Amino acid sequence: MNNKLNIQAWCSVQNGMVICNGKEIITVDNKQTFSASAKQVYKDQHWEYPKFFKMDRLSKLTFLTAEILMNEVTISSEEKESLAVVLSNKSASLDTDRKYQDSINSIENFYPSPAVFVFTLPNIGMGEVCIRHKIQGENAFFAFDDFNPLFLKQYAESLTQNNKAKQVLCGWTEIDEKGYNSFLYLASPNGTLPHTEESIKKLYTPS
Amino acid sequence: MDALKQELKENIIEQLNLEEFTIEDIDNDDALFGDGLGLDSIDALELIVMLDKDYGIKLTDPEKSKEIFQSINVLATYITEHRTK
Repeated sequence: MNNKLNIQAWCSVQNGMVICNGKEIITVDNKQTFSASAKQVYKDQHWEYPKFFKMDRLSKLTFLTAEILMNEVTISSEEKESLAVVLSNKSASLDTDRKYQDSINSIENFYPSPAVFVFTLPNIGMGEVCIRHKIQGENAFFAFDDFNPLFLKQYAESLTQNNKAKQVLCGWTEIDEKGYNSFLYLASPNGTLPHTEESIKKLYTPS
Repeated sequence: MDALKQELKENIIEQLNLEEFTIEDIDNDDALFGDGLGLDSIDALELIVMLDKDYGIKLTDPEKSKEIFQSINVLATYITEHRTK
């Protein structure tokens, strides 16, 4: 069995630009809030998934990047049973953790929001993607100081070489007070771009 | 009472992030859960927090929340009779 992985497709959201496989999908006003930008992408793409608006900012970023990428490829429901998801970022769910903390800071004004609390883990956005696309493979979320292409490459290869997955949705999805950026790619036996550290790094780095 | 119903619709749309709905889309007798607005269990918890925060009503009995979250009409009547702020 051929376990050799290539990069079949990729999508990045950086500086207001949504790019998929090198093609610009949409550019939004980078000065508006992230939520406004995410809503603009949602409307532009004619998605009908109201649950999107209930997600926290990290989940919205993860979801919209994955949604555009997944719409560019054809993966059967059988293949989705062996599709793994391996994501990473720097701030985990700190963006939402802070929002939740604000709701419980004051004893006099102590109203914890259940709808915010359920997003106080970084892997929730990954779960939203899996629910949307019925992905049933293994998944893991890692926190690193910086984007770590070597780790993603090695982890994805380990999953396929040990028959834990046949394809792996990998990437970085980061949002904090300073801004946001995400980059997801599909590591698969299909495609022609070699799954190397250099390739991953090159696609991640804005030109 | 009409003002309260209007306020509840505004709050529900804003606090539950129902971006696809406007106040005009919600009838006073519409079911809030199930086929109506399609709210889920997390939304129910959020509504319980809203009742405490905005109207000083503390709900502790889950059966009671099922009863009063039937519709805007039922919810408004309950708030009018039990509010402490």
